[in-house]
Amino acid sequence: MIETFFNAAIMVQAWPIILAGLGNTVLLSLLVVPLGLGGGLGLALLSTMRSPWVRWPLMAWVDFFRAFPPLVLLIFLYAGLPFAGLELGGFACVGIAFFLNTGSYYGEVFRAGIESVPAGQIEAARSTGLSRLQALVWVVLPQAVRAVLPDLLSNTLEVVKLTSLASVVALPELLFQARQAQSLTYNPTPIVAAAVVYFLMLWPLVRLLSRLENRAIAGRR
Amino acid sequence: MSNWDRFVETFFNAKVLARYWPDIVAGLWVTIGLAALVVVSGLVAGLGLALLRSLGVRVLNWAIIFVVDVFRALPPLVIIVLIYFGLPSLDIVPSGFVSTWASLALVLMAFAEEIFWAGLTAVPKGQWEAARSTGLGFGQTLMRVVLPQALRITIPPLTNRTIAITKGTALGSVVAVSEILGQASSAVSNSYNPSPLTLGAAAYLVLFLPVVVFGRWVEARFR
Repeated sequence: MIETFFNAAIMVQAWPIILAGLGNTVLLSLLVVPLGLGGGLGLALLSTMRSPWVRWPLMAWVDFFRAFPPLVLLIFLYAGLPFAGLELGGFACVGIAFFLNTGSYYGEVFRAGIESVPAGQIEAARSTGLSRLQALVWVVLPQAVRAVLPDLLSNTLEVVKLTSLASVVALPELLFQARQAQSLTYNPTPIVAAAVVYFLMLWPLVRLLSRLENRAIAGRR
Repeated sequence: MSNWDRFVETFFNAKVLARYWPDIVAGLWVTIGLAALVVVSGLVAGLGLALLRSLGVRVLNWAIIFVVDVFRALPPLVIIVLIYFGLPSLDIVPSGFVSTWASLALVLMAFAEEIFWAGLTAVPKGQWEAARSTGLGFGQTLMRVVLPQALRITIPPLTNRTIAITKGTALGSVVAVSEILGQASSAVSNSYNPSPLTLGAAAYLVLFLPVVVFGRWVEARFR
């Protein structure tokens, strides 16, 4: 079993391939996390508008992209759009799919945060002469982010894990590289190695979240 | 042909839709079956682990926490690939369906255990003591007094997490499960037209949009 899943010779051979994949996973995460955060922040700020002409389409947008499995969205962009003459390439497809999907999740988190800030805060800020947007950005948002920080972190963990979907459209991130190495060596050791790398990379965040969430659920009573 | 006609011809091609409609419906049933299996086995296993953890055996608890951490940190697709491509080396050859089911159930188990455990610890100690002083045993106190109170607070986070993980059934298409996305993808390559993908996307919306709206309602109802 050690020969099969933890083969040292194969590990030595596959390590550079896996390491390159890890680098790309980190780069991809550094791209898609800000993309999702930005999209979500935009959605949440828009949702503070009172007009039903903004609120309802916004809610439909968010629910629409939360109902869609991200892989379906990605495949639709990657395999469907070329038929309309729109060949975007794997990288752009991943970017767009993540912006739409994770942006909607981040949007819901930010919205919950903004709604948790008492209305008196915005009224007080307005009365000091700040504009609506200034009051939102400088007074409401900092408090909102603090309130939903555990949810933001938890969502970010899911987004980083989700970058493994990029392997389906042949982006050479960690999982894709591990599968390449596996088919070169006819041995599952590279996939085990990739799993260990994912675990070591994300374990600290999981531990932190587990503490924060325990406190949050206990506080719901 | 105008641009609009060409667009409709490409993404809503009536002939292709009529031809592959039954395949997508078959895929819909596979998705529903897979999702139901994942939800039931994942939640039951998660609750089981949380109850086991409440026994307070230290070594056992460390093991539970480690397992939960592993399945929270690993991307579901990585677990699926590991089971599907790794286990055959041990002469265990799981189908794509079994690999996807096992992976998603393990992930849901991990998240559910965390949430159930947080719920159990949120019930005040006085509840335990009061129940025990009336003559109830440990098991009776746990099942009849503490658990019902714990479950109530766990409903909103559990609902949202379950929905998110259930959508992972689409990952099965990577290991040749003929669920909606798998059916749609092979129909696209057979017909050389993306209409089955449009239909597949619609099938996901029909299936998950009500669930997402339900999750929103639960969140508001149990706040």
